[in-house]
Amino acid sequence: MNAPLIGARIERKEDYRFLTGAGQYTDDVTLPNQSYAVFVRSPHAHATINAIRKDKALKAAGVLAVFTGEDLKVGGLPCGWLITDVNGQPMKEPVHPSLAQGKARYVGDQVAVVIAETLDQAQDAAELVEVDYGVLPAVVNGEQARAKGAPVLHDVAPDNTCYVWALGDKAGVDAAFSKAAHVTRLDLVNNRLIPNAIEPRAVNGMYSRADDSYTLYVASQNPHVERLLMTAFVLGLPEHKVRVVAPDVGGGFGSKIYLYAEDVVVTWASKQINRPVKWTAERSESFLTDAHGRDHVTTAELAMDKDGKFLALRVKTTANVGAYLSTFASCVPTILYATLLAGQYTTPVIHCEVTAVFTNTVPVDAYRGAGRPEATYVVERIVEQAAREMKLDPVEIRRRNFIKTFPYQTPVALMYDTGNYEATMKAAIEIAGVSGFAARKKESESRGKLRGLGYAAYIEACGIAPSNIAGALGARAGLFEAGEVRMHPTGSCTVFTGSHSHGQGHETTFAQVVADRLGIPMESVDIVHGDTSKVLFGMGTYGSRSIAVGGTAIYKALDKIIAKGKKIAAHLMEAAETDIEYDRGVFKVAGTDKQKTIGEVSFAAYVPHNYPLDKLEPGLNENAFYDPANFTFPAGTYVCEVEIDPDTGFTKVEKFTAVDDFGKNINPMIVEGQVHGGLTQGIGQALLEGCKYDPETGQLITGSFMDYCMPRATDVPSYNLETRETPCTHNPLGVKGCGEAGAIGAPAALMNAITDALQPYGINDLPMPASPATVWKTIQNAKQKAA
Amino acid sequence: MHAFTYHKPSTLGDAVSLAGKHGDGKILAGGQSLVQAMKLRLASPTDLIDLGGIKDLASIKADGSTVTIGAMARHAEVEANADVKKMIPVLARLAGGIGDRQVRHMGTLGGSLANNDPAADYPAAVLGLGAIITTNKRKIAADDFFKGLFETALEPGELITAVTFPTAKRAGYMKFKNPASRFALVGVFVADTSSGVRVAVTGAASSVFRATAIEKALSAKFEPDAVPAGTVKAADLNSDLHGSAEYRAHIITVMAKRAVAQALGK
Repeated sequence: MNAPLIGARIERKEDYRFLTGAGQYTDDVTLPNQSYAVFVRSPHAHATINAIRKDKALKAAGVLAVFTGEDLKVGGLPCGWLITDVNGQPMKEPVHPSLAQGKARYVGDQVAVVIAETLDQAQDAAELVEVDYGVLPAVVNGEQARAKGAPVLHDVAPDNTCYVWALGDKAGVDAAFSKAAHVTRLDLVNNRLIPNAIEPRAVNGMYSRADDSYTLYVASQNPHVERLLMTAFVLGLPEHKVRVVAPDVGGGFGSKIYLYAEDVVVTWASKQINRPVKWTAERSESFLTDAHGRDHVTTAELAMDKDGKFLALRVKTTANVGAYLSTFASCVPTILYATLLAGQYTTPVIHCEVTAVFTNTVPVDAYRGAGRPEATYVVERIVEQAAREMKLDPVEIRRRNFIKTFPYQTPVALMYDTGNYEATMKAAIEIAGVSGFAARKKESESRGKLRGLGYAAYIEACGIAPSNIAGALGARAGLFEAGEVRMHPTGSCTVFTGSHSHGQGHETTFAQVVADRLGIPMESVDIVHGDTSKVLFGMGTYGSRSIAVGGTAIYKALDKIIAKGKKIAAHLMEAAETDIEYDRGVFKVAGTDKQKTIGEVSFAAYVPHNYPLDKLEPGLNENAFYDPANFTFPAGTYVCEVEIDPDTGFTKVEKFTAVDDFGKNINPMIVEGQVHGGLTQGIGQALLEGCKYDPETGQLITGSFMDYCMPRATDVPSYNLETRETPCTHNPLGVKGCGEAGAIGAPAALMNAITDALQPYGINDLPMPASPATVWKTIQNAKQKAA
Repeated sequence: MHAFTYHKPSTLGDAVSLAGKHGDGKILAGGQSLVQAMKLRLASPTDLIDLGGIKDLASIKADGSTVTIGAMARHAEVEANADVKKMIPVLARLAGGIGDRQVRHMGTLGGSLANNDPAADYPAAVLGLGAIITTNKRKIAADDFFKGLFETALEPGELITAVTFPTAKRAGYMKFKNPASRFALVGVFVADTSSGVRVAVTGAASSVFRATAIEKALSAKFEPDAVPAGTVKAADLNSDLHGSAEYRAHIITVMAKRAVAQALGK
């Protein structure tokens, strides 16, 4: 009855709500007897807390309570992934308190909470809390943290080191290097980023004395995970007494995966004062306290034979994890990073060593791409540099090393199921008009400008993750997904998913999958997510996993609906179940004109007058849990073209071409939207964004949009996008995921383009963000060196 | 934001007397800096005296050789005003390049000058054109008005009412934006006026200033290539995350050249 919906550019069902201001975000939820919390935060990067005097604040107008770490002695915020170091020892896991226990470890660390009748009263009273700090010296980067005699953050990690971890065949790599015809070496910094979702973090906690239960509204990407972590690990509450609702959420990019201290404090405090407690971050607090991203310092070496064939890759990285281990901090620079260092290439041996260090900065965790942008940056920068040194075309060196047969077992644990790297490369070269680049470069030169072209052929591992593999690698949670399809008596359906949409458009994409499979109109399908009291279970949305894992769970539930529907239809039409075929909304008896619509079958299931009650339960409601068999491997080629004004150092992104292979695309319009956002974030990292801490005081220098440069529409070109499809081999939809690709591939392509433009000065590297001042200074330094 | 008392006088006299009465109060013009500071609890005035209710403070009037703009004229009004566009087009362009659309519909000329943000655009135009600032007490020449970081010649209880801009034979303004804030990292205003060439630089130092060596060179020859390099010393300039003093010194030269080219219609 319907045209296929998979692959259709259907406008988003949720947009009406968002565009008309009808979205309901956590801060929109105001409960009876609502109270408001404001956190007192450390102004120092590292300080002992000698005394906290709260009497003045307690006497202030409207104040209901002031709590400090003395009042809230509960479990620490847990880390969800155990990394085992090179000596077989577990990583150092210092306690991460919800309210500071005697010491503050970064600017913004929560020291006390003030709760009052109104937000203004809470803010006024927070200024009256007197904290006696003993300021300690601070460290903000790996070099400082690992220096002899450095200030120590945690007693359990006297060298400020969380772990030294390694993956790969070290001896094999050493042997390959000794035989190499050429070795390319590059020192790279992957700059620290501040996420900046448009909706700040927010939480509203309510305790009910009636049944000793809690309801928590929170801007979260994964409400069930939030509940599990908070109940089991921190507050010691039974899960059935805690409901977590993540209503409309305005962006996450990873930063809303984690269990944050504020969530715990607000939940706990709601019982203490028997009032709902709401906290919404101010933008300044978002800068100071949302988990940051990236922050790697890396040395990479690539060994090649005389033809530019890769023999081995050696990578050493120092990852700054901040002051405490955030929820997934430990796996980002390890499991999600080193395993991607093969890229699209047949490099036979790889070794990666990662040192994770504690510093007096905000905890660092997964941020759009999470480990994979860092890996792609290493691989694609060094491959481009190798091409320069080998005097090979950057496309040619990649082609000589592409993986061409699948499945392919990499030397860094992953098994790529499918791909076609030549297809995306070939398309990207054509669409980017690479053949006309030389003429465009000449034209730029005639105006005194420098033009450069750069490539990135990225790969990522999405669809996280097979639980047994993740568990073997240290995950402390399963990574399946759950879905439920509830057919209603008249044939419409409500679908519950453990995935969470905070901008991705699941209400449309998932509805397309359901409507397509069942053959019913889109309007007959509603997607429900983000409420532990409605959704059976869920691991949430991150790592571009929603369609591949969450979508597949729904698909499996749909299979069960159709299987049961066949039984009902067989009964209704007095046919054998094996003769029933399902085709786009209609159960047919094969070879006859007898048929029943899904609506008729649903009705029979809920009004079972003519129904095989002796053999079959009434109702048509099925759920499924899906644990993926493998990761999915989206890949593609990006080509970036820039023009640089050498007088000012200003870089303009002239063209950006992205050809991605996400497997099957459910809604190409939504896919393009995801790529647009990802590319813009990637361009932001390379050109504009950079979190800076003062190395002496540990103060956040980029603490507002006045200093932290977010990309604007005028900073990016109109993108040239296409896709090529090699369907994923191990999920029924053939999907791979598209949420992070842009942010993964763009920085390397852009920096390769900039360094290409700067080849006349012999410049092969410069730090991100490549701000005008940085580009200009790099040129001046190169000129001086040459003179 | 801390609590405060809001006043909306309808005459200049009432505004002045309210300002005198509330020593810890602040004058509210467009509120594009003050209100942000209050929201961040960096400013906590006891009283806000809103000039928005005073008639005639926002008028824009032209005579043969000058344009007089009321202190409460919004940037967007200056940008769109036919007389400004005809007589001093660079000023309309400059106003149209301040902040974003929302800021331009709230921010005012008088507010910008009284605040004297070191990276604001208007001070460059006022100093570059040699405008006259009229207050409720006196007239102040642009050269005497800007005193330093957020400091002006205004005395307590003194309010800007209007600014009189002379026309120029030719003028240009080029702004190199701070990538994050989009304020001027360096903005250079160049004007060839009846009283000689004037070059004002904003964004680069603690306050707007005149680049006299560039003025001298351009007086001899008003061409981009005549702008001398390195005449503004880095030692006197700001240095921050977005640009070192050395970088700013260099960008002054580049923007001055481009402003001259713009003035010449190149």
